[in-house]
Amino acid sequence: MTPPADTKSAAAGEWHTIKLIENPALRFGLMALVAVYLVWAFASLDIDWGRAARGLPRAGDMFARMVPPDFSRWELLIKGVVESVQMALAASFFGMIVAIPLGVCAAVNLVPRPIYLVARFLIVLSRTFHEIIWAIFFVKILGFGALAGVLTLTVASVSFISKMLAEDIENMPPGQLEAVRATGAGFAKFMVYCISPQALPRYLGVSIYRLDANIRHSTVVGIVGAGGIGQVLSASFKRYDYDFSLAILLTIIALVFLGEIFSNWVRSRLR
Amino acid sequence: MSPAEHSVRYPEVWRRFTPRQTLVRYVWYVAVVFVAAWSLRSLDLPWVYFLDAHVQAWDLMVRLVPPDWEVLDEVVDALIETMHIATLGTAVTVIIAFPIAFLAARNTTFNVVTWSIARFILVASRSVNTVVWALLFVAIFGPGPVAGIWAIAFRSIGFMGKLTAEAIEEIDQGAVEAIEATGASRLLVLMFGILPQVLPVIYGTTVYRWDINIRESTVLGFVGAGGIGILLYSTMNLFRWEQVSVLLIAIFAVVLISEFISAAVRQRIT
Repeated sequence: MTPPADTKSAAAGEWHTIKLIENPALRFGLMALVAVYLVWAFASLDIDWGRAARGLPRAGDMFARMVPPDFSRWELLIKGVVESVQMALAASFFGMIVAIPLGVCAAVNLVPRPIYLVARFLIVLSRTFHEIIWAIFFVKILGFGALAGVLTLTVASVSFISKMLAEDIENMPPGQLEAVRATGAGFAKFMVYCISPQALPRYLGVSIYRLDANIRHSTVVGIVGAGGIGQVLSASFKRYDYDFSLAILLTIIALVFLGEIFSNWVRSRLR
Repeated sequence: MSPAEHSVRYPEVWRRFTPRQTLVRYVWYVAVVFVAAWSLRSLDLPWVYFLDAHVQAWDLMVRLVPPDWEVLDEVVDALIETMHIATLGTAVTVIIAFPIAFLAARNTTFNVVTWSIARFILVASRSVNTVVWALLFVAIFGPGPVAGIWAIAFRSIGFMGKLTAEAIEEIDQGAVEAIEATGASRLLVLMFGILPQVLPVIYGTTVYRWDINIRESTVLGFVGAGGIGILLYSTMNLFRWEQVSVLLIAIFAVVLISEFISAAVRQRIT
């Protein structure tokens, strides 16, 4: 991790901290480049400074209207949260199932080259576009509501889990694969007795992590109309109902925190 | 050993799991299916929409081609703005997350109170999605890139802060003790004992987060926080699907390139 100490300057009796990039010209050159880029980026952005300056008192005003959080409509809140969690659960379930064939097809050591390339392309394609872009397309195709949300989260889960699964299969030592193949096992037996015992713990771990990630993302797909607590949040924001918004935000933070604890607990049990 | 005992210990057919393990496993399977079925049932999804989904999807696909390349100039400008938002947001993140990370690491924080506050900031920042932060900052700063930069920064603080704090907790205490033994002040210990050990992690996570932020900043425009999302949203609402496909191709290219750059840089420094 740490580069080797600079022995030349140590011999000369000088001491300096070890630098990540040893060559000073390259180091300062890169720093200068980054600085120049940041200045250019900042200058070229179309920023309305007058409007931004008025933001600070506005933020204070908004904050004042946010506290205390208004939990009086807790029924709506609970309904949204439950819907979000259900969307995350259903999407993780479908994601886990669909990710197995896709993950196997994306492992270079198991399938012919053309299938591998197609599977990898599908994974890259679904990973590149943000969940919200997928959500918009699904809302266009299937209408508003939780169905579009479930499908969006499913696409995100499939690409994530299958990528991890494919990498896991590719990293398997070839010895076991050969040994099981040598017994004359067919493809199904090969999957059950060779791939699944080696891949299962990590696959389950990744799936549980994805459940946690889906809970986080399910809070946001609602903003484009795909159901869940995000839709409630977006609506409350549009109505300047800030004290209810803060209540929703606090609930989301608590929900995500619980999801993370659950996911960490299960993953530590799996190991 | 009687033949009966022998056959129990060395069965004819080899099995990986004992009957008890198998039972536990099947109980888990049933539980997972049950939870999924319960979720689907209470979500009450309108499955009939699937009946014509393929028609709708095909219709959309047909409208997306051929791409209308005339909008390319506009798209490139929007993409550059998107990249600027992601990069400046990441830069702001580094400045803010750095001190918080030191407060959130058990071995460098002042006391339990500062530690808990820093931890809460990190958890809150990570729990709220970038787009939700963007909603908030658009309400404060008005539509535009400023809101986007702050949204990106506020979401990334939790990510960078958490990873940096973990790196600080895992440092080699020997170097810190050696520098303390020379009578160095707290600040000097921080600069020469801790910082050099965590710098590679900070560089790595910064580049990694920058790459994620590029992807996130493509959708900030949906809530008015600048970047290519504004263009994407308006073209979609005007049903100019040939232009939407150009936008999608452009986003695809930029996200792939940034992922490639980030992977290459991280491989070099770790």
